[in-house]
Amino acid sequence: MPDEIIPAIRFRGVNYSAAGVQILKNITGIFPKGKITALVGPSGAGKSTLFRLCNGLKSPDSGEIYIDEKIITDYDPAALRRKVGIALQNAPMVDGTVMDNLGLPKKLKGERLSEREAFQLLSLVGLEERFLYHPAKELSGGQRQKVSIARTLVNRPEILLLDEITSSLDQVSAHEIEELILRINGEFGTTILWITHQLEQAIRVGHYTWVMMDGEIVACGEISLLRSPADERVKRFVKGEED
Amino acid sequence: MTYLTLSLALIFVLIPLVLSKTFRLDLEKDMVIAVVRSIIQLLLVGYILQFVFDAEHFLYILLMLTLMIAAAVQNARKKGASIRGIGWKLTVTFVFIEVLTQGILIGFRITPASAQYIIPISGMVIGNSMVLAILFLNRFTAEVKGRQEETELILSLGGTPKQAIHQPLIASIKASTIPTIESQKTIGLVQLPGTMSGQIIAGASPVQAVQFQLLILFLLLTTAVITSLLLGYLSYPALFNERMQLLQEPSD
Repeated sequence: MPDEIIPAIRFRGVNYSAAGVQILKNITGIFPKGKITALVGPSGAGKSTLFRLCNGLKSPDSGEIYIDEKIITDYDPAALRRKVGIALQNAPMVDGTVMDNLGLPKKLKGERLSEREAFQLLSLVGLEERFLYHPAKELSGGQRQKVSIARTLVNRPEILLLDEITSSLDQVSAHEIEELILRINGEFGTTILWITHQLEQAIRVGHYTWVMMDGEIVACGEISLLRSPADERVKRFVKGEED
Repeated sequence: MTYLTLSLALIFVLIPLVLSKTFRLDLEKDMVIAVVRSIIQLLLVGYILQFVFDAEHFLYILLMLTLMIAAAVQNARKKGASIRGIGWKLTVTFVFIEVLTQGILIGFRITPASAQYIIPISGMVIGNSMVLAILFLNRFTAEVKGRQEETELILSLGGTPKQAIHQPLIASIKASTIPTIESQKTIGLVQLPGTMSGQIIAGASPVQAVQFQLLILFLLLTTAVITSLLLGYLSYPALFNERMQLLQEPSD
């Protein structure tokens, strides 16, 4: 990657293991500020774990992680998680309505989300207003993902981690989410890290990419590298995904 | 009752033994062990209690209570093996319950400060507290596992461990205390409670027996709620580290 890029997140020699299995191996690299980086790779490559390290849900065994060039351990954990928001893979919902879920981040701070703010969030993610008092757990997969993203946005994160949010969606919903990601990035300048299985989608939306396999980065750089990969493993992976 | 009449009661052991043999239930060994153990344990307790009652010395009472609490901790700790420092957390819970209940009973002169009252009542309180602790720990570990995504979600949105664990904690506290409350609603309709039965057999008037039984029921209500609450609030911090991370592995 060119030198003038400002890193939002920097990994330096990061290792992480759980239950005796090494999940991340000597990860070194950056995620550029204000850009969309697509993380691709087979399942079990350690992508979700990498996300959990970025917002402090987990800590590495060794190595350092910097957020805006400040070492992650210098952040207050709660403040860090508001700055680096994550939309979790299964879009878990707490009991109650969509409003209860959207209001959760503020409630945790002892504040209240107004109905007006809630409607703005719904319109941002493309959900109709009538869903606001709908039981959150009864929503469809795509609707839940939208609520999940909107909920994460309540904290106004500077960095947004999206963990396979389109994997369970149909084509139309997936496209809507893609547009939403572009809009968030364009309107707020939010740095976005996005785990996705669909390479075409990654190429359409991403600026940069990390290709991960078996806990390692096998390639990283501009998104175009997915079109003409140099590395043999990446080639095979790209071919496999296309088949 | 003499030992001769008691030995006749062994008929009630013989019946299930013969049935187990006939129907090949394969329960003989366990039943024999259970019977032998209960004979030895109860006789031992009987003689020890006799000694403590006769001596009527504060130190012996304290020793008995210590033994009860130690045994209760030993029993319950297996269920909470995944929680750091569960041994001392259980100890604090049982000691607190014991001091609180006896403090009120003796402080307000509800029961006399004698071994004859302190030891059996403490036995019931600590015994129930132990059962409650086991119920709570079982439920709590299951809830934490089952709601791991939700817990992680709240942490990820900037919530504290206390906020993240609130739902599983409250659910476990409720679930473990409900049986105590429910069983008290139907008490006396089907089965006469043990304390009351014992007193009636020993010759007390049924009304007096009922009064004493009510006292025990009220005590057990306090025991149930305080055990779950106290153990809950002592236990949950062990599930997190100082970086507010849940100490369990999510799947990748």
